[in-house]
Amino acid sequence: MLGFVLQRILQAALVMLAMSALVFVGVYAIGNPIDVLISPDATQDIRDATIARYGLDRPLWEQYGGFLGRLLQGDLGRSLVFGVPVLHLILSRLPATLELAVAAVLAATLIGVPLGMYAGYRPDSPLSKTIMTVSILGFSVPTFWVGLILILFFAVELGWLPAGSRGETVEVFGVGWSFLTANGLKHLILPALNLSLFKLAMMIRLARAGTREIMLSDTVKFARAAGLSDGTILRRHVLKLISIPIVTVFGLEFGSTLAFAVVTETIFSWPGLGKLVIDSIQSLDRPVMVAYLVLIAFLFVLINLSVDLVYALLDPRLRRGQVA
Amino acid sequence: MSAAAVLQVAGLSTSFFTKAGVARAVQDVSFTLGRGEVLGLVGESGSGKSVTGFSLLGLVDPPGRIVAGSVRLEGQELVGLPSHALRKVRGRRIAMIFQDPMMTLHPVLSIATQMGLAIAAHERVGRAATRARCIEVLNRVGIPGAAERLDAFPHQISGGMRQRVDIAIALLHRPAVIIADEPTTALDVSVQAQILAEMRSLVAESGTSLVWISHDLAVVAALSDRIAVMYGGRIVEEGPTDVVLTGPRHPYTQGLLDSLPSRAKPGTELVQIPGGTPSLLALPEGCPFRPRCPRETEICRTMPEPTGDALRRARCHHPLVLSPAEAA
Ligand SMILES: Nc1ncnc2c1ncn2[C@@H]1O[C@H](COP(=O)(O)OP(=O)(O)O)[C@@H](O)[C@H]1O
Ligand SMILES: [Mg+2]
Repeated sequence: MLGFVLQRILQAALVMLAMSALVFVGVYAIGNPIDVLISPDATQDIRDATIARYGLDRPLWEQYGGFLGRLLQGDLGRSLVFGVPVLHLILSRLPATLELAVAAVLAATLIGVPLGMYAGYRPDSPLSKTIMTVSILGFSVPTFWVGLILILFFAVELGWLPAGSRGETVEVFGVGWSFLTANGLKHLILPALNLSLFKLAMMIRLARAGTREIMLSDTVKFARAAGLSDGTILRRHVLKLISIPIVTVFGLEFGSTLAFAVVTETIFSWPGLGKLVIDSIQSLDRPVMVAYLVLIAFLFVLINLSVDLVYALLDPRLRRGQVA
Repeated sequence: MSAAAVLQVAGLSTSFFTKAGVARAVQDVSFTLGRGEVLGLVGESGSGKSVTGFSLLGLVDPPGRIVAGSVRLEGQELVGLPSHALRKVRGRRIAMIFQDPMMTLHPVLSIATQMGLAIAAHERVGRAATRARCIEVLNRVGIPGAAERLDAFPHQISGGMRQRVDIAIALLHRPAVIIADEPTTALDVSVQAQILAEMRSLVAESGTSLVWISHDLAVVAALSDRIAVMYGGRIVEEGPTDVVLTGPRHPYTQGLLDSLPSRAKPGTELVQIPGGTPSLLALPEGCPFRPRCPRETEICRTMPEPTGDALRRARCHHPLVLSPAEAA
């Protein structure tokens, strides 16, 4: 098991190295940040001084080397636009996106898996048909439209929930979290719901397909022959087997939500990473874009690593170093 | 009806209502199983043996269901029992072992967990007692180093060992009846012989009655006190093993015997029954064996009723050996 973990961590480090180089080069090739930083009528001296200050006159590999060295020390540079360290900028926005993504993916899983399992267990019941209709809606209706409807209904029409922005936050570990206050939770519900609908549909489908297949297997028939109740079989036999694809999708969805919650964050004026990155792309704030992409790559690698480890916990056949 | 009868099956019929039509997989099956008795249920694949076994446990999944008949286990009627009551019977008083041990055990639960769940389905037993009981039963089915094997996962043990674990799970609650559905068919011949011998002594010492299902008459002959031969969803012949083997009444049984390798004269070709298993969706009118039967006549277009008594009977208009009543 230890060898397995070390091997995966090494792989993750290599992926990170490759990603950071790709990102750095890719972003360097887009536009010219100097045009953004300096007004067109600035003198050549000011121009040169600024270029030198940001190291933009150095060869690309040297800039990358410096970037990598600073990255390893946790220094991601300064934002060209805001003039503050990029790390601060990103860390101030990350919790908002993180709690939104966790809430959305967790809700989709905790609600979607039981619904899907029921639909797979009793495929012909009216409730199952309703569940499947909901999942088709979740797949086919666009996110921005659902977001607007949610605001219209719950915020404007009923006035139950706020239409946007983040609620009160509490400082834990030096950053502000809003899910710890009642007001913050209220603000979180609509955007999280909006983000989770598609994932909910996916979790329902996944759980249903797995449950249907497993319920017809000899394993389940044998368990029934031994007198196990359907409840026990669903909780122990079926859940354990479908948890592997579910963990996979959970990880993928969590990563992509962190990276691409832009639409929902925009609709609900949620001060998260999505808004930050859109702004930084518009203003060609290169250090922010690079740091953001490296961070997202890092989160993906971290999530994949965790998913691999959870696999090994769930399925003994994947553990190495065991005598067959 | 003997006093020692453990399982009495009468007129059992199970059909599958598929889009292509109604498949009458089991029709009018009747037999009685005495305590400690081994009944061999033999027939070609597709003849309805497995469905018969599942019907006895009330484990027929839609689109199939039991459409008629009665299954009495120690006097209690099982057909029509609500599902929660049936669940309490399954595994405790009547158990079943399946054909392919690679498919029956859960791939990612340990053997201890799976046996523990099977115990917990019927009894509240503490952790230590559960473990002790598992080890004891695993020892009984001939698993060496049972204490270590208990913590293994199915992929870590061989097919023969897996089938022994399945047998152990079936034995956990000392059921009155075990249905063994071709439990050795998927195994190596040597393992097959071992398990067969072990099974024989296990049922002998525990007094468990056994329905041993197989397509292989030789396997059934080695183990059973009595034999029932199935064809096209019906039992076409039934009797004590030696009587059926030496004096079969039904031409199909005769055909099975003729095709046994051990019966063939060395150097001659094996005799095969001409034709193939009929589709249950399109059974011929009358006797289902008629199209393949050397003794077929006009009367075979009507379904023959069983002749003889509960211990020795056959369904044939032209039996090879007459029952005493027919001879008289
Ligand atoms: N799930 C099912 N759906 C439809 N028909 C079935 C199903 N299971 C069994 N049958 C029918 O029952 C027949 C007998 O099957 P089975 O009892 O498995 O035969 P055996 O065990 O003797 O090989 C099959 O040929 C098929 O026509
Ligand atoms: Mg079968």
